[in-house]
Amino acid sequence: METIAVIFILTGLLFDLGGTIGILRLPDVYTRLHMAGKLDTLGSLCLLLGLAVVNAIPLGTAELFVSGKILLILILVFITSPTATHAMVDAGIKAGLTPWRKGDMRR
Amino acid sequence: MEHLILFASVFLVMLMMLSLYRTIIGPSTLDRLMGMNAIGAKTTVLILLIGFIFGRIDMFVDIALSYAMLNFIAVLTASRYFQARGMRKRDSNLRVEE
Repeated sequence: METIAVIFILTGLLFDLGGTIGILRLPDVYTRLHMAGKLDTLGSLCLLLGLAVVNAIPLGTAELFVSGKILLILILVFITSPTATHAMVDAGIKAGLTPWRKGDMRR
Repeated sequence: MEHLILFASVFLVMLMMLSLYRTIIGPSTLDRLMGMNAIGAKTTVLILLIGFIFGRIDMFVDIALSYAMLNFIAVLTASRYFQARGMRKRDSNLRVEE
C-alpha cells in the first residue's frame, strides 16, 4: 500500500514540474495553455489519488469516508480543469490573439 | 511517510513560486490568468498536504473541495470578462478589426 502511494505522489510531482517548465519556456499563449491544461490536470489527479491511498492505510470506516471525499475532489478536478482551459483559449481567440508561427519573435 | 508529505509540500511551494514569475511578467492578460489557474490547482493539493501534516484531514478535505470550486468559478468569470473587453492595445500581433 505504501509503495503504491509513494509511486503515485512522485509521479504527480514529476508531471507538475513538467507543466511548470512548459509554462516558463514556450513562446506563445496557446502553447503555454496546452502545457498548463494537460500536465497540471494529470499531476493533480495523480497527487490526489496518492493522498487517498495514504489516508486509507489503517482501513477504518472513518478513513474510508474521508478517502471517498478525496475521490470526489478528484472527479471535480477531472471535470472542471479542462473546462477552465477551454474557456481561456476561447477568450484568446475571441479577443483576436493570433497563434505563434515559426520565425516570429517570442512573446 | 511524514518526510514524503513534507517534501511534496516544499516542492509544490517552489513550483508555485516559479509559476508566479509568469503571472507577474506575462506579456498578455491571458498569461496572467493562466498562471493564477496553475497556482490555484496546486493550492488545492497543498491544503490536503497541510491537513496531513496537522493530523486533521477530516476538516481540511472540505476546505480543499470549496477552494477547487471557487477557483473554477473565478477563472470562468475572468475569461468571460476579458473576452468581452478585449486585450490591451500594448499586446503584439493583435488583429485590429476596423
